[in-house]
Formats: sequence, structure tokens, C-alpha cells
Amino acid sequence: MTVSNASVTPLAGRAAPDRRTSASRPGTRTKTSEDSLRSRDKSGYLFVAPFAVATGLFLVVPTLYGLWMSFTNQSLTGTGSEFIGFANYAEAFSDPQVWQTLGNTVWFTILSTIPLVLVALVMAVLVHTGLPGQWVWRMSFFAPYLLTSAVVWHLSNWMFQPDIGLLDTWIKGLGLQPLGWLTDENVAMFSIAGVTVWWTVGFNFLLYLAALQGIPAQQYEAATIDGAGGWRRLFSITLPQLRPITGVILVLQLLASLKVFDQIYLLTMGGPNGSTRPILEYIYDTGFTNYRLGYASAISYVFFALILVFTLVRLLPTKKEA
Amino acid sequence: MALADLTDVRRTKALQNRAENRALTKLTVGPSPWARAGALAALVVLAGLWLVPIIWGAVTSFKHEAEAALPASLLPTMGWTLEAYEKVLGNSDLLLWMWNSLVVAVLVTALTVLISAMAAFAFSQTLFKGRGVMQWLTLAAIMMPGQILIVPLFKQMQVMGLVDTFAGIVLPQIVAPVMVFILKRFFDAIPQELLDAARIDGAGSWRLFWTIVLPLSKSILVAVAIFVFIGAWNNFLWPFIITTDPQFMTLPVGLSTVKDAYGVQYAQNMASAMIAALPLLILFMLFQRRIVQGVATTGMGGQ
Repeated sequence: MTVSNASVTPLAGRAAPDRRTSASRPGTRTKTSEDSLRSRDKSGYLFVAPFAVATGLFLVVPTLYGLWMSFTNQSLTGTGSEFIGFANYAEAFSDPQVWQTLGNTVWFTILSTIPLVLVALVMAVLVHTGLPGQWVWRMSFFAPYLLTSAVVWHLSNWMFQPDIGLLDTWIKGLGLQPLGWLTDENVAMFSIAGVTVWWTVGFNFLLYLAALQGIPAQQYEAATIDGAGGWRRLFSITLPQLRPITGVILVLQLLASLKVFDQIYLLTMGGPNGSTRPILEYIYDTGFTNYRLGYASAISYVFFALILVFTLVRLLPTKKEA
Repeated sequence: MALADLTDVRRTKALQNRAENRALTKLTVGPSPWARAGALAALVVLAGLWLVPIIWGAVTSFKHEAEAALPASLLPTMGWTLEAYEKVLGNSDLLLWMWNSLVVAVLVTALTVLISAMAAFAFSQTLFKGRGVMQWLTLAAIMMPGQILIVPLFKQMQVMGLVDTFAGIVLPQIVAPVMVFILKRFFDAIPQELLDAARIDGAGSWRLFWTIVLPLSKSILVAVAIFVFIGAWNNFLWPFIITTDPQFMTLPVGLSTVKDAYGVQYAQNMASAMIAALPLLILFMLFQRRIVQGVATTGMGGQ
């Protein structure tokens, strides 16, 4: 849309208004006299320059540099930068560590995303009842999101401590066998997913809450007059209205979960036995512990391909709407 | 008098909110006291679960170190003490890291908001050759997750001599193409007549930007700033990679090195966690409404 806006001269635009970009679309501007006012101004370059320079330097350059690097055997110490073609990519696809960490990442994404959406929904629906204590509920659910990962690590590590931690104390109090929260291969990923839900659910909760506040009261009033009870209103009005936002939150959450690093690196360092190590940690280890920058870049791009699929899904509805 | 007015406004607003909430309760859960009690009970349980780790951490931070290493009792039995806080503030670089975090977060926020708003203004209110291409590129930039770039970006920073500098921590964080689009959408909605009138009066783009567009966009600018600030304050991965010198570490990075320094001093660990958590928690308590709004509007990425 903007491409055509910029290339058509204002006069021609006025003489032959383009029907496809007519006033019915709020995002696009029709060609009117104001564009001729705008067009006289060449300051646009100056306004966009700082952002363009920053983006070029810290996004475009590393993107291309990383791509180039992925075809070399460059190391952190600077040795070896000859072109080795697709060797890094070939190695990545046959590297069991890549598959294992990719599998861990996907497993974590599944384990965390489902509760992160559902629990957020439950919280928002409960708070949206307008029951007293609004400030307290919002505070309790959102506060953990404001903690930095290192604080989350300290708090949860303390909860998970064998014998003296709160979880073990409670479990023993119930007469059950304590779990190896972070030391048992079959349990660690669940513990980390649990920490992640506690930490970040407040964000999705706020997105849901904002969406709920947009539901017109008349709908509830009409349903009440028709004799719909509380549950009926929940399932026939509230939840259907939240369907579009649920899609958005789901994709945003998938993208966020795939990029997991902080809490796993801090809580288990990827252990026990590599069972929680995400792909981002493998990239980090390959680049900064083993100094294999070329190979690390290649894995980054394999990972990027995976993320891109989800990003495109996210951008599609935006395109349709704009 | 002004203060009295303000409290009056606040009181009316609080009353209004309460009435709205009551109406909302009637509309959602209905008049049944059982339904209300059920919903309230669910809220209490959930909120309790969510607060337990923070409260328990806070209580532990006031215990004697000897007691913190014993099986958990919720309240201290050997008495409350500030010992852990004294030790943490005396022995570690906690306050330095906090200061670093503040500097970094403020710089990232100011620069991000400024350059994003300028770019959004250019896209929204000026015409220049290549505008369409640049917008398309900005859209494409949204798809590039920064985490993918850590390896080449670090190497690039090495070449630029920015490892272990504030510039090295801050600059890569100020590229926020999503924010450009959020702001552009807002600027698009500013009435054209207003801007045209100013232009006819001879105002240049620079004046237009500072005296009309920015003041009219205060709400969205605050929202973006809040969102960027929280992100920058809490960012771990990039500062962790770019700093090795404790002198330049931000709070999250410095705090992640604390374990080795203390061994298993749980009370001290909790004390540092509490000190680190406090600034944002206090900000949230003071400006809850604003922050909730800011995160909700910006968090969707402008959708």
C-alpha cells in the first residue's frame, strides 16, 4: 500500500483516485491535498536516519555477517575464516546435539505454552468479574513478570532445594516422596515449565484482560434478559469473543517459548544430562565456549528457519487487516 | 486548593470504578452469592499461589543464615534480622549493578523511543523517495529475532571495540521495529487538519514533530517507554554476553554470578533477590493502571 503511495505523484493521485485504496480502509490514506503539503517536505530522510543507521548497524550487518560466517570455519580467536560452503549446515543436520536441543526446545514450548495461555485466560476471566480486590489480583498475577530472570532463578532455586526447600517440605508434609525437581531427567523440564508459567503468565493475563474490557456490556445485558446464567454467559459471550485474541496470544507465546534461554541456563545449565538444554544454549556453548563461530552461526540460521514459520503465521492476520 | 481538587477527583474516580466493578460483577457472575463466593475463592487461591515464592523469599531474607539452611518454616523462629541485607550490601557490587541497570535501561528507553518516534513520524507524515521500501524493510526487521544474532553481533562488537562498554550493552537494544509500527499507527490517526494548519503557518517538520505530534501522543509514548524499560531492565542474554567485567555488569548479569561468591547462603541470596526486585515492584505499585495499560497496548505488537 505504501509503495504505491510514495511512487504516485500527488496530482496524479488526485486526478485518478485509486479505488482500491479508498476511504473505507482506515490504515491507508487517500490522496488529497494534504499529501501535496507533505510531499514538499524532504525532511523525512533526516527523521528516519537515526533508526535506519541503528537498524543497519545492529540488525542488518550482523544478519548478513552471521550468514556469511555460517559458510566459514571462523573461530572466536579469529583464526580460520575460509569459505567451506555448506559444510557447517551438513554438520548441523547430522549433529545429534542439534536434534536433541531442538527437541528439548519444542518440548519446553509445548509444556509452557498450553498452561501459559489457559491459566492466563482463567485469571483474566476471574479478575474481569469485577469482584473486590482488583488491585491485589492484578498485582499478584503480574508481579512475577517484573522480576528479572536472575531473581526468578534465586527464588525458584530456593523453592526447589532438596530437603530444605518449600516444595520438598510441603510434599513431605503430605507424606509423599520428594522429587528431584532439577536433578531428575524426567522431572526437570516440568519444573522449568512451571517456573516459566509462574514468571510470565502475567503478561498474557494483561493481554486477555484488555480484550475482556472491550466486550460491550450490552451483550451481557441482553443475555441476562434472555435468562442466560453466569456459566452460559461465560461460554456464549465471553469465551467466543476471546477467540481472535487467543490466536494472537498463542502465536506470541510460541515465539517467546521457542527462544527460551535465561531460566534454563540459570536453573539447570541444560542438565541433568542435557535433558533441558535448549537450542539457544547450544548455540551459545558452540560459539562462546567452543569458540566455533561459523558452526554456531549455521545452527542459528537453522533455528531461525523454524522461528520464521511462526513469525509469518503471526504477521498474516496483520497483513489482511491493513 | 489544587491538592484538594486532586483528591476530590481521585475520590470520585474511585467511587466510579467501584460502581463499574459492581455492575460488571452483576453482568458476569450474576447475583448468586454462591457464584460470587466461588469466583472469589478461586482468585484467593490463585493469588496466594502466585505470591508464595515472593513472600517466602522475602521472609527468608530476614532470617539468620543458620536458620535459612534448616527445613522450611514459614516464619523465622530465631527472630528477624537484617544481617543478610547488611552482608549483601557490604560485600557485593549489588548497588553498582543496580546503578548500571538504571543507566542502561534509561538510555535504552530514551534512545528507542526517540528514534522510533522519529522514524514513525517520517513514515506517517512525510513523503520521501524510498519510503515504501524502508517501511517494508522495517516490517521484515520485525521477523529477525535478536537471539539469533548473538554470535555475529558479539564478533562485530569486538571489532568495534565495544565489548565491556555501556555503548556495547545499549546500542544493539535500541532497534525496535515493532515500536515504529505501533507509533506510526498512532501518528496516522492524528487529524490531518491540525498538521496542515501548522504547516500553512510555516511550521517545519521538526517543529511539527516536537510541538504537535509528540505532545498529542503522550499516552502511546508512555506505553512504549514502559514496555521498553521493563524489557531493558530485565534483559539478561545480551548484557550477559557483552560484559565480562563486573564493573559493567547489569543487575541480572551480576546477580547470576552471585551464587559462586556466597556458596549456599540462602538468606543472602534472597536478600539480593529482594533488593533487585524492589525498584520495578514499587514502580508497579505506584503506577499500576498506567503500566497495565502500557503493557496491554504495546504487548500485542500493535495488532
